[in-house]
Amino acid sequence: MPAGAVIEFHNISKRFGGVAAVHDLSFTVEPGRVTGFLGPNGAGKTTSLRILLGLVAASSGTATFDGVRYRDLPHPLKTVGAALEAASFHPGRSARSHLGVYAIAAGLPRTRVMEVLTQVGLAAHADQRVGGYSLGMRQRLGLAYALLGDPGVLVLDEPINGLDPEGIRWIRGFLRDMAAGGRTVLVSSHLLSEVAQSVDDVVIIARGELVHLGPLSSLDTDAAPQTIVDSPDREDLAATLTAAGISFSIGRTGLLASTGDPALLGHLAFEAGIELSVLHRQKAGLEDSFLALVGGGHSL
Amino acid sequence: MTMFLRCVSAEFSKIFTTRLWWILAIVLFCYIGLLAGSLAALFAGIQTGVISPDAVNTGGGSTDLGDLPSLIYSFASSVGYVFPVLLGTLATTGEFRHQTLTPTFLATPRRGLVLGAKTVTLILVGAGFGVVALAASVGLGGGVLSAFGVDALLFDSETWLLVTRTLLAMGLWAAIGVGLGVLVPNQVASIVTVLAFTQFVEPLLRLAASFLEVTAKIGNFLPGAASDALVGSSFLNLANPSASLPLDWWQGGLVLLGYALVATVIGYAVSWKKDVT
Repeated sequence: MPAGAVIEFHNISKRFGGVAAVHDLSFTVEPGRVTGFLGPNGAGKTTSLRILLGLVAASSGTATFDGVRYRDLPHPLKTVGAALEAASFHPGRSARSHLGVYAIAAGLPRTRVMEVLTQVGLAAHADQRVGGYSLGMRQRLGLAYALLGDPGVLVLDEPINGLDPEGIRWIRGFLRDMAAGGRTVLVSSHLLSEVAQSVDDVVIIARGELVHLGPLSSLDTDAAPQTIVDSPDREDLAATLTAAGISFSIGRTGLLASTGDPALLGHLAFEAGIELSVLHRQKAGLEDSFLALVGGGHSL
Repeated sequence: MTMFLRCVSAEFSKIFTTRLWWILAIVLFCYIGLLAGSLAALFAGIQTGVISPDAVNTGGGSTDLGDLPSLIYSFASSVGYVFPVLLGTLATTGEFRHQTLTPTFLATPRRGLVLGAKTVTLILVGAGFGVVALAASVGLGGGVLSAFGVDALLFDSETWLLVTRTLLAMGLWAAIGVGLGVLVPNQVASIVTVLAFTQFVEPLLRLAASFLEVTAKIGNFLPGAASDALVGSSFLNLANPSASLPLDWWQGGLVLLGYALVATVIGYAVSWKKDVT
C-alpha cells in the first residue's frame, strides 16, 4: 500500500493579467483522510490544483508534497495521481492506448493499464475510441489515469460531475477506501452536498481566498436557529408572537420564528388558547453554513 | 537519459495510436506516385522521341532536362515535404487542441525534455515518410523510366546519395512542423500557415527572387530552396536555370536545421512553457 504525503500550500497567489485568481492561500492536507476542497465556480479551485501539479506557475508561494514540488518529484505518477476537470483525451485514441502512452512515459508496466481500467469499470470499453465515451465514462478514464502509478496521493477536480447515481455511490466508497488505506485524498467540488458524505475535512475558498478550514463537523454550527410554527388562526398566532417580542417572517409552511426553542412557542400558544398545526425546529444545515461562508452562493 | 528514451517511446506511441499517420502516408504515396509516374512518362517520352518535342510547349526553354532520374526521384521531397511538416504540426497542435498537455506534463513535468523527445521522434517518423515518398518516386517513377528504356540509375551512387539526403530532408521538415506547432499552437491557424506558405507563398517568392542575382542569393535561404539544395535536385530549379548557384547540400541541411531550431526554441518560450489551463 503506497504511503500518503502531506500536501502543503504556502502563501499561494496567482494573478491572470491584473486579476487575482488566488490570493495568499495556505493550508495543509493530511494523509489518511478525505479532504474536500470547496468553493463556488470561479473561486480558484482548479487554478490552485493546477499550481499544485506544476501545470500553472504561481505568481508567488509554493505548493509541495512532503516538501517537494511536483516538478521535482523523482516519480511523479507513482507519487501523485491527478484527474482534472478538463477532458484531456485525443478522441481518436482508445482508452487502452491513451493510458498506454503515459504508462510508457512514466516507466510503468503496461499491465497497469488493464488493471486500472478494470478498477474503474471500463475494462469492457478498453478498445473503444474515447471520442464515443459518455461524460461519466470520461470521468472514469480520468480517474484511471490518476490511479495508473498506484500513487499515495490523489488530487481529483470535480470527480463527481457527470456521474450517474450509481457512479456517484461508487466514487464515494472509492474515496473512503483510498483514505482508509492511508492515502492523501484531495477532492474538489462546488457543491458541498456532493461530497458531504465522503469528506473528513473541508477547505473552503471563495473569490480566491481561504474562508474556512477544519473538520466537516466544524460547519455544523447553529448560528441563527429558527422554528417553524403555524396555526389555523395564523393572525392570532402572529399577534401572540409579536406580544411576546419574538420576531418572525412568513414562510411557505408557516411562520419562521427567530428562536431555537419550540417549547417556548408551544407554551405561548397554549396560554393564548391557539391551536397549532405545525411546530418544529429548523436546523441550519451544512449547506447553509457553506453558502453563508462563500457569500450567499449567488454564483452557485 | 532513460527518462528521455521513455519520452521518445511515448511520443512514438502517440503517433502510431491514432489514424493520422497512415492516412497521410497513403495520400503521400499516391500523390508522389502519380506525379513521378506521369512526369517520368512524359519526360522519358520526350527524351526517347516517343513523344515528339514539337508536340510539347517548352515555353522557349531548353528541352535538356539534365539528370532525368534524379529529377523524378526528387519529387519525394520537393513536392512531398509538406506531409512531414503537417504530421509534425498536427502532433504538436493536437496536444494543445485536445488538452493532452495535461496528462503529458503530469507524467513528465520536465517540459523541455518532452519537446526534445517530440522533435527526435518526428525526425525519425519524418524520415519514415521519406521512405514512403521514395518508394513512390523511385519505385513508380523509376519503373516508368525503365519501361521507356531510360536508365533509371538505380545502382548509381548519386541516386543513393539523393535517397539518403531525401530521408534527412524529410526528417528535418517534420522537425520544422513541430517548431511551427509550438509557434502557432492554434491547429487551424497552423495548418493554414503550412499550406499557404508551402503551396503558394514560398514558390512565388522563389520565382520572384530568381530574377535578380542578389535576391536569388537570398532566395537560396528560403526553406524550400534549402531543402532542394540538400537533396540536390528539384523541378523548381528548371524554372529558373539562370539563378545563381544553389547552396551546397550540407549548407541546405544546416539552413533547414536552423529553421527547425529557431521555431522550436521561440515556440517553447511563447507557448510550451506557459500555464496549462
